[in-house]
Amino acid sequence: MSENDILVEVRDLKVHFPIKRGVLFDRVVGQVKAVDGVDLSIARGKTYGLVGESGCGKSTLGRALLQLTPPTAGEVSFDGVELTTLPPGKLRSMRRRMQMIFQDPMSSLDPRQNVESILTEGLQTHGIGTDRTDRRRIIGETLDAVGLPRWALSRYPHEFSGGQRQRIGIARALVLGPELIVADEPVSALDVSIQAQVVNLLDELQDSLGLTYLVIAHDLAVVRHISDTVGVMYLGALVEEAPSDRLYTEPLHPYTRALMSAVPVPDPDVEDRRERILLAGDLPSPANPPSGCRFHTRCPWAQPTRCADERPVLRDIGASRVACHFAEQIASGELRPHGVSAQIVRPEGEGDTPGVVSAPTEPGSYV
Amino acid sequence: MALLEVEDLSVTFARRGQRAVHAVDGVSFSVDAGEVVGLVGESGCGKSVTSLAIMGLLPKQPGLRVGGKAVFDGTDLLQLDDRSRRDIRGRDIAMIFQDPLSSLNPVIPIGLQVTEVLTRHRGMKGEAAAKEAAALLDRVGIPDPKRRLKEYPHQLSGGMRQRALIAMAVACQPRLLIADEPTTALDVTIQAQILELLKELVRDSGTALLMITHDLGVVAGMVDTVNVLYGGRVVETARRRPLFRQPRHPYTVGLLGSVPRLDAGRGEKLNPIAGSVRDLLPWPDGCAFAPRCARRIDECVGEPPELVHAHDGRSYRCVNPEPLPGMVPAPREEETA
Repeated sequence: MSENDILVEVRDLKVHFPIKRGVLFDRVVGQVKAVDGVDLSIARGKTYGLVGESGCGKSTLGRALLQLTPPTAGEVSFDGVELTTLPPGKLRSMRRRMQMIFQDPMSSLDPRQNVESILTEGLQTHGIGTDRTDRRRIIGETLDAVGLPRWALSRYPHEFSGGQRQRIGIARALVLGPELIVADEPVSALDVSIQAQVVNLLDELQDSLGLTYLVIAHDLAVVRHISDTVGVMYLGALVEEAPSDRLYTEPLHPYTRALMSAVPVPDPDVEDRRERILLAGDLPSPANPPSGCRFHTRCPWAQPTRCADERPVLRDIGASRVACHFAEQIASGELRPHGVSAQIVRPEGEGDTPGVVSAPTEPGSYV
Repeated sequence: MALLEVEDLSVTFARRGQRAVHAVDGVSFSVDAGEVVGLVGESGCGKSVTSLAIMGLLPKQPGLRVGGKAVFDGTDLLQLDDRSRRDIRGRDIAMIFQDPLSSLNPVIPIGLQVTEVLTRHRGMKGEAAAKEAAALLDRVGIPDPKRRLKEYPHQLSGGMRQRALIAMAVACQPRLLIADEPTTALDVTIQAQILELLKELVRDSGTALLMITHDLGVVAGMVDTVNVLYGGRVVETARRRPLFRQPRHPYTVGLLGSVPRLDAGRGEKLNPIAGSVRDLLPWPDGCAFAPRCARRIDECVGEPPELVHAHDGRSYRCVNPEPLPGMVPAPREEETA
């Protein structure tokens, strides 16, 4: 297994949902461009983290990658096999190799099925295991791997705590022996102490089974913790992609900077001296995204030229890929941030708290 | 004299044929005027029930028993009748909830909901109330406030709704603001906006803030005194810096070890707490955290641990706390004051 062994490759993936109106006859009156041209590749045995705020299209991207939501355009190749054009029967057998973990285990597990039945269903569908005893052996090994006791088999999902339910969800994905696991917000429904248990479990499983993960989450700290590469999405497109450490020390896209500076860190010393970049306003509607760079309406570094008219493409800067026309100038400090009709207007000279819209003085001082 | 002094507050839900649930079990803490106090804990630790009990907002049902005291500015809130409590609520103490959509009335325009507070507590009417409402919305950073007054909650984004709710809460310049997970439903960039707004309101108006949250990052950024709750009890109370630098209670240590940090490297192992919270039990058989605790000793079982007041003004409920490594650097002035 080499370093550059690519398991999943996504090229120019688009998922558009029609907006329909009308009583008798549906008219398509617009498109929600949930995912609008994403390129990414995931190396075998590595973790790709996808972050972004709600509505940025990260979950849709994950689902489209597994062909759970049919993509509008683009290509997804998994271990060299093109999935978008694969006939349904073949796709079904491919699904054994790529599984999903959902956010809320309570709603993704059938309340009327006991754990054994949940875990056996997939094995039967894919014809894994020769007989019942063989399947039991596989299920037993999986339970051990996710840290559930054997007596769990005869219990139902509601009898477990949130953390254990998520372990059942992981076991359900794992029992088929997949290579790729798409985890959509795997820990966000859990309490912090349980979150850490599940994050560690995912880490251990990757080490022992050589799994490849696509982890979708809104929590930057979680994503940074488990990912090798992180992609940041904004309104349906990647704005930056970088190795996880680099993204954190040297975020290049203005949106990444704002996102990083907004994440609270459980350390008062850090919290007191960090500078915040507060974004003005809310996320624009993906049905009617801004022209040019989608972030230009909220960007403190937006320039009168190019930003509003020309959509930036991802380009390589060092080890990162950034979709910003002025990334270098912003990184070097040549461009200074300006106020973007900031929502909280404070009289001048009042208080010495971090400014509402301010640039960090040097790269790497975001936290 | 503290603005709010909660003493030995307990809330029990009993249902016939079922074991009583001790949601809050002897919680004591205080909030000084202008101070930001945090109640931190995971789901089911009793933090929300504590705030609802203080506000008298728990659903009146047969099995509900509220004990202890919550003295606000000399009056025990728990002893008040409904009428005088309503006078205080909204005027002296206001509350912000987690989900703004379910705390706003969906069929009444925002403006009417804001002016309702003004009419009820400040006796303002008509034009004057509308004008004040617009000024309030403007103050919390809602653009084009005059037009927003006529809009319904569903027409606003999540962040805007939370701002509207904050506007209603601060309409009467309350002396105490209780915020129950005010940013949990919001995206991180919007959360940063709302936290900044809350900080600003506290700084400008001298309102005390009781911040209820599960997010240690939020606590680290804005709280003066932190109360960590577990199983319906306060297990540790400390000023912000000492708590994060040198947690004493094993649960606090576990919580801090569980949170992935943005400034930590990839692959650094988290140190989660084993097991999970099972039940809201009273603490008759010793420490409720003992079954999950890494520092458990024989003394943990039996008597519930007493609150230990340490020399540096902090307190914890543990018989075998995390030791202090040698001499601890003296906390800074502002923290001990």
